Amino acid sequence: MRAIGAIFRRELGAYFVTPVAYVFLVIFLALMGALTFYFGNFYERGQADLGAFFGLHPWLYAFLVPALAMRLWAEERDAGTIELLLTLPVTTAQAVIAKFLAAWAFTTLALALTAPMWWTVNYLGNPDNGVIAASYLGSALMAGGFLAIGSFVSALTRSQVVAFVLGFVLCFVLLMAGYPLVLDAFGSWAPQAVVDAVAALSFQNHFDSIRRGVLELRDGIYFVGLIAFFLFANVAVIEMKKGE
Amino acid sequence: MIETEHLTKRFDVLTAVDDLTLRVEPGEVLGFLGPNGAGKSTTMKMIAGFLAPSAGSARVCGHDVVADAAGARAALGYLPEGAPAYGEMVPWSFLVFVARLRGLRGAERRARLDAVIEQLHLGPVLQQPIATLSKGFKRRVGLAQALLHDPPALILDEPTDGLDPNQKHEVRALINAIAPAKTIVISTHILEEVESVCTRAAIISDGRLVADEHTGGAARALALPQRGHGRARRAGAGRRRRARRARRRRGVERAPDGHSLTVFGRDGLDTAERVRACAGEHGWTVAALRAEGGRLDDVFRAITRGSAETAA
Repeated sequence: MRAIGAIFRRELGAYFVTPVAYVFLVIFLALMGALTFYFGNFYERGQADLGAFFGLHPWLYAFLVPALAMRLWAEERDAGTIELLLTLPVTTAQAVIAKFLAAWAFTTLALALTAPMWWTVNYLGNPDNGVIAASYLGSALMAGGFLAIGSFVSALTRSQVVAFVLGFVLCFVLLMAGYPLVLDAFGSWAPQAVVDAVAALSFQNHFDSIRRGVLELRDGIYFVGLIAFFLFANVAVIEMKKGE
Repeated sequence: MIETEHLTKRFDVLTAVDDLTLRVEPGEVLGFLGPNGAGKSTTMKMIAGFLAPSAGSARVCGHDVVADAAGARAALGYLPEGAPAYGEMVPWSFLVFVARLRGLRGAERRARLDAVIEQLHLGPVLQQPIATLSKGFKRRVGLAQALLHDPPALILDEPTDGLDPNQKHEVRALINAIAPAKTIVISTHILEEVESVCTRAAIISDGRLVADEHTGGAARALALPQRGHGRARRAGAGRRRRARRARRRRGVERAPDGHSLTVFGRDGLDTAERVRACAGEHGWTVAALRAEGGRLDDVFRAITRGSAETAA
């Protein structure tokens, strides 16, 4: 715990001593706001809910989260600090978890800063606040899933650009797993069971069911499982590639 | 105490460290020498717990680096090659971070931080991002990090690489100051460094230990050359061997330009003084007389090249 706490604090602090945090927060909030009002037709819908707002989250995360996660391990390897970090009294798993948690805390902060949207709909009408709370929770879980993928990809390379591009593609594929774009690629040759399995991996489907206000165990398990799987792979990749 | 037993590291086809057995006692400063790519850093990375050995074992103060990684790490201070540090951080928060990870807290943390900041003269740059510091200060931040928990054993990978002569001198003075109470291994390819800080020198080439000598006292400079020439002679061709044998008999070597002579002294004799006396006796004109220290450079070249030849 001591090690995780120390690395968590350092990582979170690192976002704020560089422009990363401020650039990310400004872009995130500006895009959220602008896209909700212009593409989500926030006013024209005439409904006091945040459906349009949350509908954008998966798409924004798909490229903003890999941008945040790309530095997690690629930077450590490029600067050689990974050798310093992993010879201090920490295990690789502790370091992976601490870095992931710091990045997740940061995205959660970004998400929390969208609270004015929530106040706005409450000012304009009487939304179902239970659904909105569930949607926020689902959004945070989804951000965690994207981050775990980004962290894993970041450990594969010492180039942050490569980490970003790979991370984006992987997140995008998982996001589109429920759509014909990805399913057709499998449908032509794989049995129906495989196609269903791929569809079940879709971020979108699980997030959609959470943001309808239905908090089901399987959606929670899906995101937690996804995070655990990619963090585990992250640890394995770091152990494997240390010698290079 | 730092010990390795039959330590071996293989990467795919390359054997970076090959059956290395070493034992460094408290109070000793072992200079770990070798050409680039000889396996110095790989050995140090294994002792520091960054890389897992392919075979054999390493212990730091009795703690096995694999089986008791936590104990070994707690007993060891490690300066990786190039003194990596988080560039966006300032030295103060970087050191606080390391102190937290090391489990130092409260008054003890404060005291240790003050001690290393004082020891390495980091005061003026404490609040300046590490990325903007000069090489000398970066290296000192790395050393401060390694010394923070006052470890009984230290591994410093090229601690003076890239420093200017003043900075080198400072780092060496620091190592000399802390040496009596600690077990220290430093890697370097600067031979004068071995003479100025090390009590013992180990030469490694192609992952194998090719020489391991104590260098203390007056014999410091001479202990290595004797062995070195012995090795070089074995590796050399027949003609070189005969020439060297003759030269060894006379103890004199003529330079290719024909104007200078090198006289090889023996342990405990003042060669320069005797040459001067001899020149005076015969009425020779001596344009310049220069005493050379131990010719570690030659030994180093001879040994490492020799083993490369036998390996090839």
